[in-house]
Amino acid sequence: MENIILPTKNTWCPGCGNFGIQNALKEVLMEIDKNKTVVVTGIGCHGKMADYLDVNTFYSLHGRAIPSAVGIKIGNEELKVICCVGDGDAYSEGIAHLIHAAKRNSNITVLVHDNHAFSLTVKQATSTSPRGFKGSTTPKGSIEDPINPLEMMLSVGATFVARGYAGKVEHLKNLILRGINHQGFSFVEILQPCIAWYNTYPAYNERVYEMEEDLSLEDARKKAREWDYNSEEKIALGVFYKKEKQTFEEQMGKVFKINTEELLEKSK
Amino acid sequence: MKSDMQIIIGGAAGEGSKKAGFLIAKLFNAYGYRVFIHEDYESVIKGGHNFSHISVSRDEKNAISEEIDFLLALNKETVVRHGEKLSEEGVLLYDSNLTEEPETNKKKVGIPLNDIVSEAGGIVLMKNTALVSAFSKIIGMDFEKVKEVLKRELPVKTEKNLQVAEIAHQKVEKLKEIEETESSPMPFLSGNEAIALGAVAAGLENYFGYPMTPSTSILQFLCNVEGVRTFQPESEIAVVNSALGSAYAGRRTMIGTSGGGFALMTEGISFSAQSETPLVVVLSQRMGPATGVPTYEAQADLLFALNSGHGDMMRFVVAPGDVDEAYYLSGKALNISWKYQLPSIILLDKELSENTYNFKKEYLVEKEEVAKAENSENYNRYEGEDVSPLLFPGEGGVVKTTGYEHDKKGIATENAEDIKKMHDKRLRKYEKLKEELKDFEVAKTYKEGSVAIVFWGSTKGTVIEATKGMNVKLIQLLVIQPFLEEKIKELFNGIEKVISVEMNATSQMTQVLRMHGINVDVNITKYDGRPFTIEELKKEIEKNL
Repeated sequence: MENIILPTKNTWCPGCGNFGIQNALKEVLMEIDKNKTVVVTGIGCHGKMADYLDVNTFYSLHGRAIPSAVGIKIGNEELKVICCVGDGDAYSEGIAHLIHAAKRNSNITVLVHDNHAFSLTVKQATSTSPRGFKGSTTPKGSIEDPINPLEMMLSVGATFVARGYAGKVEHLKNLILRGINHQGFSFVEILQPCIAWYNTYPAYNERVYEMEEDLSLEDARKKAREWDYNSEEKIALGVFYKKEKQTFEEQMGKVFKINTEELLEKSK
Repeated sequence: MKSDMQIIIGGAAGEGSKKAGFLIAKLFNAYGYRVFIHEDYESVIKGGHNFSHISVSRDEKNAISEEIDFLLALNKETVVRHGEKLSEEGVLLYDSNLTEEPETNKKKVGIPLNDIVSEAGGIVLMKNTALVSAFSKIIGMDFEKVKEVLKRELPVKTEKNLQVAEIAHQKVEKLKEIEETESSPMPFLSGNEAIALGAVAAGLENYFGYPMTPSTSILQFLCNVEGVRTFQPESEIAVVNSALGSAYAGRRTMIGTSGGGFALMTEGISFSAQSETPLVVVLSQRMGPATGVPTYEAQADLLFALNSGHGDMMRFVVAPGDVDEAYYLSGKALNISWKYQLPSIILLDKELSENTYNFKKEYLVEKEEVAKAENSENYNRYEGEDVSPLLFPGEGGVVKTTGYEHDKKGIATENAEDIKKMHDKRLRKYEKLKEELKDFEVAKTYKEGSVAIVFWGSTKGTVIEATKGMNVKLIQLLVIQPFLEEKIKELFNGIEKVISVEMNATSQMTQVLRMHGINVDVNITKYDGRPFTIEELKKEIEKNL
């Protein structure tokens, strides 16, 4: 079997949740046409994925991986575009891009490596850090409540909404594969423990469970609200919601009214 | 009747004065006259005051005068605002249904626009057709010829419009006799249309934009053009980053905005330089800072454009002065960006973007092919000493593009030797570009003299007209980065005095010239949002000769 991991020196901390995601993604890439695939990444620990995978990659700016991915898909619809982003990327700096990509049903797959922290900059709170999160810039603990990304994605019309866990590689691999095969915008929130600053392995191992799927939008919303990223509730994993809908790119064809050569003639 | 004419047609926003101005220009065009339309409008949808100033001449004259020959008023405010501009022999055309006879000692013709429209059973908006048609009669245009133009230009409710036009034509007396010319009609383009068409000629495939005056009409135009995919995402930040993605996927892509949107795009411009991803940005300047005066003129983003993007990086920055140059330099920017894999910025301003000019098609634009990798196996995106051959994802090789400093494969590096090596590689591309530009018209000169007038962008037409009869050398800068110092300095040989003309308060081009060792003695600036009239600029120049 082809080796999809480059010999580049890996600088993730030993035990980092990103290894689990990389293992799942590696399995996925072995099952799809690698040549016709692009992995887009943002900036943060997750972004290093671009340097570790022997596939087409676009290592974008912080927060801007999603619009880059959208542009790649518009540029060449034959490509499968997988967009790896961090919670800082997707939920803080670039949240507008996430919402709009979902709203327009861009046919890309967004994998959020959500460790609830800015880790590469040495522990600061992000949009999904729980209230009380003690980071280097929140010495008293965060005084903000986290957003619930699943609830948000369901509200803005995402047509594939799932949550996986870096500690359950096989389950995660299947989620990613199903996301890629979904025609339209697919969103996979991945719980990614940060071994250095915010080790959530013990808590997640205890609280995650695989949910029953095929929920209605209303039930999916209820399920998404079960854990608000603040509480000690159980955490459902799996596909919360899936809906068939024409993709943005499919609808991009247009009525051409101007032929430029004719135009110069006509403008006399 | 004199063959040089200045006409203003004005009304409230929504009354169609712009369309009427365009029709008038088309009528003169049909008679073989050269036309130029300066648009002035406020940032409102209904109400306010809009006007088109049409400059008609036997020879090209892309500038407006202080004094006008005809004032066509769709409302009273037009008379109040522009009445004083009428020349001694000037004629005022006003809506006699709407306005009492205006108090003016100039010749005036009242036209019952409402009555005419009602008689034909038309709608209120057709008052502008009535006014245009009445005007055409007053200056002695033949109705059959007028009808032909209106038929072509008014594809909606054509018959009704023609009825309105015919009644209006009969209602007024002929006052003048238009002279025939021997010239043929010419195409009309706005600067924004010329930019779009030049890019299309150079192989444009995708255009992305977020609405912002005065760049919006590029997107509006291209979304109806065959062969170009357009996309309006959620913000200018999304515009630039999706354009970078689109170029990575292999599509020739251009984006457009004005100062505020450009500010948001600058991180992406930096990414274009570092990742060597082709990017063409149209920056149509308007009055700033911040929201400024959205629909009014300025050339105040020059230094910003030249320094846009963080880090040590270079761009290709051009500033066309009319639609032919816009067409040409737009195509050139697209070709250069793809050939050298770097960002290009096309500097327009409100006047050039939105004014209408005759298009001479002086230049040929073609798509120049780029260096593609011959072998996709073991492909390294950043191979070589300067320009690396391109490969696109899906073509067999692994294509890695990154905003990090990187090795030849495109893997992030922090190695001191690699960092310098890659920086040098990018600079060598820039040197190569400079080599190519040695044979390129990076600046144009007109006339000779010991005094040089230096300018850039939309002031071109006015500078040419204002200096008619003066023994001065005109120097127009077209390519501003890279600044071909030696080549441009040569143009100033033997010059005793340099006068710059700019639409900004801080003489930004003067700052650029001084940085390159070219002294400027006098700065003529204007920063009230309005372009120079010919007389205004002439006076300023004469004062400083």
